Amino acid sequence: MIEFKNVSKRYMTKTALRDVDLKLDKGKIIGLVGLNGAGKSTTMKLIAGLINPSKGSVELDGEKVTRRIASKVSYLSELDEYYSFYTVQQTIDFFATQFPDFNKEKAEEIRAYMNLDANTKVKHLSKGNRGRLKIILTLSREVPVLLMDEPLSGLDPLVRDSIVKGLITFVDTEKQLVLLSTHQIMEVEMILDEVIAIKDGELVDHRNVEELRYDEQKGILEWMSSIYE
Amino acid sequence: MTDTFQSSQPIYLQLADRLNRQIVSGELKPGDKLPSVRETAVSSKVNPNTVQRTYRELEASGIVESRRGQGTFVTENEDILLSIREKLKQEQIQNFIQVMHDMGYQNEEIKEGLQTYLEGGARHD
Repeated sequence: MIEFKNVSKRYMTKTALRDVDLKLDKGKIIGLVGLNGAGKSTTMKLIAGLINPSKGSVELDGEKVTRRIASKVSYLSELDEYYSFYTVQQTIDFFATQFPDFNKEKAEEIRAYMNLDANTKVKHLSKGNRGRLKIILTLSREVPVLLMDEPLSGLDPLVRDSIVKGLITFVDTEKQLVLLSTHQIMEVEMILDEVIAIKDGELVDHRNVEELRYDEQKGILEWMSSIYE
Repeated sequence: MTDTFQSSQPIYLQLADRLNRQIVSGELKPGDKLPSVRETAVSSKVNPNTVQRTYRELEASGIVESRRGQGTFVTENEDILLSIREKLKQEQIQNFIQVMHDMGYQNEEIKEGLQTYLEGGARHD
């Protein structure tokens, strides 16, 4: 469904990704791991069409990715970029006007599930609740690709847990592809189908997690320490 | 089913093992409906694809049956239930004996120990 063909990305003199070949299938939850600056966000932005490769091509369903890919890709940025004077409900309503594939009933369902008050202003939300709001907005779009850049980062364990449960409950694992980057391996260990490791801009390994356990009796953490040591 | 899984063993096998035990112990009875894939995924906090695979494996072994549009049910076939019961017993015994042998116990000692334990246990019941 998503294919990187010999993709490199340079920012000025710095190489963020080097000669990456990658194939991602639909219906999978895929983790993207690597140290800070390894190229995780760059990989996500290339799929979202927010940046273009310096070399090679990124394709979705055989079509070259451009900015218009936004109609097929829901992207959760690691930044907070919502209007602080809106309430939770107004933010949801605003998103519904921006994306024709936005499912308001689903948003309401997830909001209730996440216990997030609809009338609180975004500027008054705690960090954890802003994290929940991002999840609501990302999962409510009925698109084939969900990209989540560090959805668990900086959140307390209870919030991380509710986000992981939200993913299990609301992602359509038959139709949607989820690519999420994270440092919180423990939290996502049980929900990943595949895991991809990047190191210094290069893709070092891409594994089916259950096969990794079956073939090598290794969990993701052990596998990672063998790569990053 | 909120206990955690071992991260170094396939989750779909651990989940299948758990369900087999629930069936043998009678926690899940013949003809009972298993929770939906999504429900099991949420309650055990694992990927729905993994649960799907577990259900497929259990179906292949005959211990559960999926009925179109209705869900997955524990089999009422007694032969299959008995053979699973026997299989789990053999597995546990094998593990136990393996551990005892690894520590250097002889068969006679093991048998005696078991007998004493079981008879003692019966008295205290």
